[in-house]
Amino acid sequence: MSQLDHEIKLLKEEVISMWKMVHSQLEKGLSALLNNDKDLAREIVMIESRVNAEELKIDRDCEDIFALYCPVAVDLRFLLAVLKINTNLERTGDIAEGIAKMIIDTEKPFESDLLDTTHVIEMYHEATLIVQEILTAFVNEDSAIARSIFRRDEMLDNINRKANKMIADYINTHPENVEQALSLLSIIRRLERVGDQAENIAEEIIFYLEAKVLKHAKKKEIE
Amino acid sequence: MESTIISSKNFNAYFGANHVVKNVSIEIPQNNIIAVMGPSGCGKTTYLRCINRMHELIPGATTEGEMKLHKDNIYEMNPILVRLRIGMVFQRPNPFPNLSIYDNVIAGYKLNGMKLQRAERDNIVEGSLRKAALWNEVKDTLHKKGTFLSGGQQQRLCIARAIAMEPEVLLLDEPTSALDPISTASVEELLFDLKKNYTLVLVTHNMQQAARVSDKTAFFYLGELVEYDKTKEMFTNPKDNRTQSYITGRFS
Repeated sequence: MSQLDHEIKLLKEEVISMWKMVHSQLEKGLSALLNNDKDLAREIVMIESRVNAEELKIDRDCEDIFALYCPVAVDLRFLLAVLKINTNLERTGDIAEGIAKMIIDTEKPFESDLLDTTHVIEMYHEATLIVQEILTAFVNEDSAIARSIFRRDEMLDNINRKANKMIADYINTHPENVEQALSLLSIIRRLERVGDQAENIAEEIIFYLEAKVLKHAKKKEIE
Repeated sequence: MESTIISSKNFNAYFGANHVVKNVSIEIPQNNIIAVMGPSGCGKTTYLRCINRMHELIPGATTEGEMKLHKDNIYEMNPILVRLRIGMVFQRPNPFPNLSIYDNVIAGYKLNGMKLQRAERDNIVEGSLRKAALWNEVKDTLHKKGTFLSGGQQQRLCIARAIAMEPEVLLLDEPTSALDPISTASVEELLFDLKKNYTLVLVTHNMQQAARVSDKTAFFYLGELVEYDKTKEMFTNPKDNRTQSYITGRFS
């Protein structure tokens, strides 16, 4: 194994470790939301600084490999993809932190009928699964799995599109619970962005594996 | 659209029975820098030497196939005239040791028995040294021996000597492999400038140099042309696995 291979292997392990950390942040957020567990939410906020530190470390390691090894072809594409995936993961970490802060600030547990009508738990599950699935695509270098993310993200988009009306209807019938309904709308928006980040990551994995640029491509071209 | 200056079709070269360049077809566009790379023994230097018929100077060396300069078959032209139109710079700077800088530049004219007026000679020497980005460094020492110059300056002097003959194409066989990084950088800068007036074909072992300076790159392996594409494409998305293995250093 060449030194560059070795460096790339270490970098990949680092990215996977960050990915797992971000995925765990999302999972903890779901648990905190379901159980109104403010301690768990505080833990998410604390761990976010580790996610940020990891992002900086991966950036630095990429810079070092660029400077020392002048990578080309598949190695160059891998590093360019990692730089962007790193940013997408960090933003996903920010989203998990944002949701955790909303849980901390909520005075009483979220009403179960509000959670049911908005399908937010279902959406949260799907967003977490997507992040897990796209990690599998990265680990196994599988562009078919990466492509499947584009379809799965539609479910998140769908719930997000209906969210305004659902929340407005809920507020009409439960005017005493406006604040909580608006917090939940904000959580739905954030989960939709988790899907967007996963889509961006999927595009980067396909760029790395197939040298195809899917950014701004139409759906048909992507599939 | 760029016009083709050199084209070879099903071109082969041999040393006796040894088949070193196999069925190479390539079109070189005018005013481009083409890098030719590949592992040792892949036939890249032999192919370069076939372009200006230097290959046939080696006993037992033969060629077959088509090699054209514009529309003329190079192998039907007078080889001396071919070499006037297609100049060459070698790996090690090789100025004539007994000649001054001035005489080195116009050595091609002297050796070919072409007589020039003094003013004409002065013009050619100054113009060639300017094009080779060497004029400012040597204009006050033109009558000193060329071998007193640094390695990088000597190589630029050899380039000035080649371009003094006003060739259309310049073949460069690893022109910076014997130079330090500073001299290499100055020669590379010069290549960019020369591209405006000449077509350059550069054999290099240094992949980063191929990536930095060339417009198109040809990758040779075991005498075959494996891949020939825009350099940017070759270094980001090579089409052939052998090219990918070579440029990423995973060649076994």
